[in-house]
Amino acid sequence: MVRPVVTASQSTPDKRIEPDAPELVETTSAELGPLYRQMLAIRRMEEASAKAYSQGKIGGFLHLIIGQEAVCVGAIASLRPEDYVVATYREHGHAYAKGVSARAIMAELYGKKTGCVKGLGGSMHIFDKSKNFLGGYGIVGGHVPIAAGAAFASKYRNDGRVTLCFFGEGASTIGGFAEGLALAALWKLPVVLICENNQYSMGTPLYRSLAVEDVSLRALAHGMPRDRFDGDDVVKVKRRIAEAVERARTTGEPTLIEVVTYRFRGHSMSDPGLYRTKDEVEEWKRRDPLGRCRQRLLDVGMPEGELTSLEDDVRAEIEDAVKFAEESPAADEYLPYVVKE
Amino acid sequence: MAVISYREALNQAMREEMERDASVFIMGEEVGYYNGAYKVTQGLLQRFSERRVVDAPIAEMGFAGIGVGAAMVGLRPIIEFMTFNFSLVAIDQIVNNAAKIFQMSGGQYNVPIVFRGPGGPAVQVGSQHSQSLESYYAHVPGLKVVMPSTALDAKGLLKSAIRDDNPVVFIEGETLYNTTWDVPEAANGDGDLIPLGVADVKREGKDVTLIAWSKMVWTCLDAAKQLAAEGIECEVVDPRTLRPLDVATLAASVQKTGRCVVVEVGWPVAGFGAEVAYQMQKHCIDALDAPIERVTSDDVPMPYAKNLEDEVQPQPKDVVAAVKRVLYLE
Repeated sequence: MVRPVVTASQSTPDKRIEPDAPELVETTSAELGPLYRQMLAIRRMEEASAKAYSQGKIGGFLHLIIGQEAVCVGAIASLRPEDYVVATYREHGHAYAKGVSARAIMAELYGKKTGCVKGLGGSMHIFDKSKNFLGGYGIVGGHVPIAAGAAFASKYRNDGRVTLCFFGEGASTIGGFAEGLALAALWKLPVVLICENNQYSMGTPLYRSLAVEDVSLRALAHGMPRDRFDGDDVVKVKRRIAEAVERARTTGEPTLIEVVTYRFRGHSMSDPGLYRTKDEVEEWKRRDPLGRCRQRLLDVGMPEGELTSLEDDVRAEIEDAVKFAEESPAADEYLPYVVKE
Repeated sequence: MAVISYREALNQAMREEMERDASVFIMGEEVGYYNGAYKVTQGLLQRFSERRVVDAPIAEMGFAGIGVGAAMVGLRPIIEFMTFNFSLVAIDQIVNNAAKIFQMSGGQYNVPIVFRGPGGPAVQVGSQHSQSLESYYAHVPGLKVVMPSTALDAKGLLKSAIRDDNPVVFIEGETLYNTTWDVPEAANGDGDLIPLGVADVKREGKDVTLIAWSKMVWTCLDAAKQLAAEGIECEVVDPRTLRPLDVATLAASVQKTGRCVVVEVGWPVAGFGAEVAYQMQKHCIDALDAPIERVTSDDVPMPYAKNLEDEVQPQPKDVVAAVKRVLYLE
């Protein structure tokens, strides 16, 4: 595979994405504890939904974020409650990190009346207005302009809010991404565009989708700040994205950020992932951001007992969410939700 | 009363709604400094500044989506397409996002947005610029589709569309901008609002009902005049809004006349007129004295040459012939 020549030094892909980067970001157990708790809850929620799916209790498409949890948790940790998040169809983790309850998410996956959108959306369309979670969208890249639009409204009203928009590297080839990026840059909209590069656009590896395997370089054409780093360390994700959030909040300037990560499961539940070698998957599992976070938490002084109790707490929360979903009444109406009267 | 053009009526509607509600803004190509490709936004930039009259680059998918996102969080965007032909590159935003967000969010987020601009054939602009796309949008639950035929309707319906809490596809007649009508001078008032979903009888008659919208209302009025000279009285009913469709008013007319011709400038296959004809036979089967006729453009991409373009589109003579068929006069 011949790589294109990049001459501008600014255009050199960031080396920090190489495995086993020895970088260690300062943190405390007070900061890391809640981040670990969220990551673990998302992992357990995803595992529980995979189980329910295999039992036929959840239908349709189910895209799990296992392996990528540090990105949504770290990124959203840099936000205020009034800030907006716009996400893709792989968004259970983002919704949870923005404050949507595991009960509301799980009940939605089960297609129940108590789901966050009353059983009308399912896995791909989690919304929660009370948390400023503007939704999960199923058309790749089509939500990038929506995020720019929420940011446009913030600029219009000068309300100081920031919008985070998540998408995969597979979205970087579609028009919605290109136009959203161009307009956000042109109008200086306070949005942070976060490419969760999990290296496979469904079953197609990066080098077969992109002429240049660095999505963040797209920012250069628009004079937009960019950043690129690995998503192994939740604290690093939080710090680096916080810089962009702060820039958006104070100057209105958008940023394009690429976080290199890896999904341990297939694209969706129906994908056995035959396009990847077992060795590759195992190598990335050794970098598991969740395990790394747990070890770090011990290193920065959280007592083992406290950690175990936190983990018990998470287990109970997810068990409760599953029970709630199982026992909730079936979805029962759709006609009132076509147009607002 | 003042005689104003369709173009001025639209301009007044936007101006008055922007005065009334600070959350209303306009975004589109050439809407500001150029004053609109068809001058519909003339003078609005000077009045409301760049903050509220936003010139967008050529990125329909991008700025239509920005409108959707802004509407979700409480603004009321008016997105102008230079022509509705260009809405096709933004149709993902209109159909997959604007139309579905109220449903997908379980009723939490609504999208109060207007997508407006000229549609339908103009004069010799070729196949890519001469399409009637109302059937595309009228097909989609979650959208409202408005197609005014007169300046009076244009003003009242656009004001209602801007105030509506849902996405509205508002297709203006590209050849109607210079047409004039008496419009009451009710600036800033609510007296000139016309509710969406209410049809209007543009001409009363007892013999045949002609159902038409936008530019075809004028074609039908021409035909009705010719037929009146022969002693045939046509009732011309303009639904004005295709979705929601005022079936009751249309059906009342057909029940009265017992005969119906549906006229549209769009293509015949799966055209909106087919839905209208279905609704009329369903609601008026006992009253009908003849099968319902449709008059449409020919089933071809629009040719450029003027003589061919005229041949493709419904002309008054085609409507006259259809009326005579339902009256068994030929």
